[in-house]
Amino acid sequence: MKGFFTVNGARIEASFDPGETLLRVLRKAGFTEVKEGCNEGCCGSCVVLLDGKLVNSCQVFAASAKGRSITTVRGIGDLHHPHPIQTAFAESGAVQCGFCTPGMVLAAYSLLQENGDPDDEEIRRGLDGNLCRCTGYVKIVEAVRKAAERMRADG
Amino acid sequence: MAEKTVGKSIPKIDAIALATGAEKFADDMRPPEPLECAILYSPHSHAEIVSIDTTEAEKLEGVVDILHYGNVEPRLHTTAGQGFPEPSPYDTLLFDRRVRFTGDRVALAAAKDAETARRALDLIKVEYKTLEPVFDMEEALQKNAPRVHDGEEHAVIPVAYRPEQNIAAEIDVSIGDVEGGFDKSDFIVERTYETHYASHCALEPHAVISYFDEQGRLVIVSSTQVPFHARRIVSRVCGIPLRKIRVIKPRLGGGFGGKQEVFLEPLAALVSWRNRKPARIVLSREEVFYATRTRHAMKIMLKAGVGKDGGITALRMDGLLNAGAYGTHALTVLSNVGSKVLPMFNKIESIRFFGRSVYTNLPVGGAYRGYGATQGYFAFNQHIDIIARRIGMDVLDYIKQWHIREGETSPLFEALGEGKEGVSQVIGSCGLDECIDRGAEEIGWKTKRGKRTGSGDRVHGDIVRGVGAAVSMQGSGIPRIDMASASMKMNEDGSFNLSTGATDLGTGSDTILAQIAAEVLGVEADAVIVTSADTDLTPFDTGAYASSTTYVSGGAVKRCAEKVALRIRERAGSMLGLPADGFSCRDGRAVHGKKSISFEEIALDAMYARDQEQIQAQASFTADISPPPFMAQFAEIEVDLRTGRIRVVKFVSAVDCGRPLNPALAEGQVEGAALNGISYALCEDFVFSKDGKLLNPRFWDYKIYNTVDQPELATIIVPSNEETGPFGAKSVGEIAINGPAPAIANALYDAVGIRMYSLPMTPEKVFGRLVEEGMV
Repeated sequence: MKGFFTVNGARIEASFDPGETLLRVLRKAGFTEVKEGCNEGCCGSCVVLLDGKLVNSCQVFAASAKGRSITTVRGIGDLHHPHPIQTAFAESGAVQCGFCTPGMVLAAYSLLQENGDPDDEEIRRGLDGNLCRCTGYVKIVEAVRKAAERMRADG
Repeated sequence: MAEKTVGKSIPKIDAIALATGAEKFADDMRPPEPLECAILYSPHSHAEIVSIDTTEAEKLEGVVDILHYGNVEPRLHTTAGQGFPEPSPYDTLLFDRRVRFTGDRVALAAAKDAETARRALDLIKVEYKTLEPVFDMEEALQKNAPRVHDGEEHAVIPVAYRPEQNIAAEIDVSIGDVEGGFDKSDFIVERTYETHYASHCALEPHAVISYFDEQGRLVIVSSTQVPFHARRIVSRVCGIPLRKIRVIKPRLGGGFGGKQEVFLEPLAALVSWRNRKPARIVLSREEVFYATRTRHAMKIMLKAGVGKDGGITALRMDGLLNAGAYGTHALTVLSNVGSKVLPMFNKIESIRFFGRSVYTNLPVGGAYRGYGATQGYFAFNQHIDIIARRIGMDVLDYIKQWHIREGETSPLFEALGEGKEGVSQVIGSCGLDECIDRGAEEIGWKTKRGKRTGSGDRVHGDIVRGVGAAVSMQGSGIPRIDMASASMKMNEDGSFNLSTGATDLGTGSDTILAQIAAEVLGVEADAVIVTSADTDLTPFDTGAYASSTTYVSGGAVKRCAEKVALRIRERAGSMLGLPADGFSCRDGRAVHGKKSISFEEIALDAMYARDQEQIQAQASFTADISPPPFMAQFAEIEVDLRTGRIRVVKFVSAVDCGRPLNPALAEGQVEGAALNGISYALCEDFVFSKDGKLLNPRFWDYKIYNTVDQPELATIIVPSNEETGPFGAKSVGEIAINGPAPAIANALYDAVGIRMYSLPMTPEKVFGRLVEEGMV
């Protein structure tokens, strides 16, 4: 099968098998920031925004995402222009191995879109689909709090 | 001290690149059109392979190669990823005629795509003759037990290795007169504690990519903690000249010991070598659970003879370690159960440590953060809680009375090494008392211990609270075994390239090593450009294990930077006509009183002007000792009497890791290890079928803590100064995983007066104990 996708604002064409997941297609197309941690919808390393909604891309058939808009972590900020969430993660020590980080950052982004001033409990609930084995989550929650403050201050 | 870079919580140098997804992990560096590899695993826990027929599989279009015992040369080795010669027995073949656990490797299919490789596996016909398996350690030690290994397996160093008795390792060390000590005691406390299997659960599954470079050398990109050991082992096992191999460790998605094992690199290398094509092996999460490595399950008996004053007159520790089907780390994890735990109470005159690692037909144990100390401290901390209660003393006061201190030693440091005798050492820094005091304050020990507060009274209420404590120590590298090296060169702008073999697993060691070099040279950390863990480009390092990187690799980097600084001072002296030894390096300049000259001018002078040279140096470092970090950890828990569920309300870790070189990163190590330890204590577990098959190899059924499970975690860093460490540092990577299980178990006793002698403390088990004790 073939299909067009809009990834981080750019139109791409990809060919794929009918049963292939969006995760596999994105990684094959070079979006290696989308990580495969379990391929069973449990760890959140592969999350992307599909038409603005946070999904585990390992649980989405590529065919069902044809023509739709996909945002990866590179789509909200890159090395040269990092998003405040990404900066806050780096500054707070919320990044250890970094394998879960793209997913965590996107989950935080999605949460802050809906709730710009979450308390710690709301942050924890917002990130509960994303596993991290390195940090114990303390500094991740701190980073999201810090990012939210900065984003509110910046309007 | 007035250090400028060291001691600062600067962000990890790769943090932004990781947070924006720019950084590359092994599977992100896939070459074009690699042979995709799929592995066939044994469905039986113990069987002989009678025949393998690959005819149908080979006919499948796109299948390129199939590896199995019939076409791969048998070379016994260990996958342990340790230094040479390894303390683990050579008991493993890439492909064997015998399979020893459900999940043991039978064959590998390499094909043009992953789907074809998987389909090929279905077409391989394997005829098995099943053999009687053995799962229980005590049964495995019986005379007529099935033998897990009965071929040419052997140890490569002189250690007790008796596969004919299913003994993968044995240690027996005695100090003083243990039986006499028991006789002198007023009472004996004897208990047996059991710890369980666990998976590391690094979020990145194991991945290896191999391909040929432009000159025909084999490049292996691997998610490894030990690139140099991987190169050596691949060379030996595959018969590929070492000089033809380059191993690169890119960013690594967590290791925790699970990626010290070298068991995929030889497969990818062999597929590439045989077929002259790139190859890719990336494990699924399910494969990571059953076919990689686990924490060794253990049974530990502690017997203490105690005097009326609480003094321990003799202590005996008997450990049985379930090695599983192969003996990787079976000896050294076992020895660490004794060597990391027993020196804690160094005033005990008579001690015996007797341990056996036993082969069974279960998944294979290996290195796992804590490395035996976790198992040993679960037993030790409950045992001293029992003793302190018996003599009517607060356990914290009891620990303070007996623990090892600065200026003291333990004969066990020398008696118990890693496959050979250990190294005697005197403790140079120990902040344990302060850890205990500050941790107790933070948890509210005095107001909460023994109060059994909760939402109701003990009889009619359902939630009861308790607090418990645990102490532990670890090491900082393996003395006289671990070796690290570094090289540095100076650039025209006064920046430096640092090359080090040290392997950053995500811990931030690249950053900390940059901080060390920057501190010595008087520059900001961003003036140090780090290249690490590439066997072609960086000097040797044994790798990231045994809490070694900050202390050992840091030692090499510091020594190397000092040599560079000396060359800088010498040249500055000759440029300004002043004696070199009057110069110091600070703020990117060589400074002599009121005179100074910039690094930029010095580098330009060296490169282009006079007596031309590049200012550079290299250094190696091996430590004679392994200074232990110390820790006190505290749990406040709630027990639900209706369900047996334990909820950790708050968990406090107070650590003496020497001088924290980057406090935020040190805290991160503690927080991550503590939560892993809590999750291990309460819910993580391998569930086996009667015939030894792992029934829950997925995150849905093997629960690890997420953000909503996380209790309040408080981390207190209690600085000390370890004079032998770089800028006073000791290790911090492993230690915090040791305390959660015993602290929670002790808190459970504090809350409801029952002891859990076996992990994990699941609601079912706790409720069962409550019923047994007539509590509900």
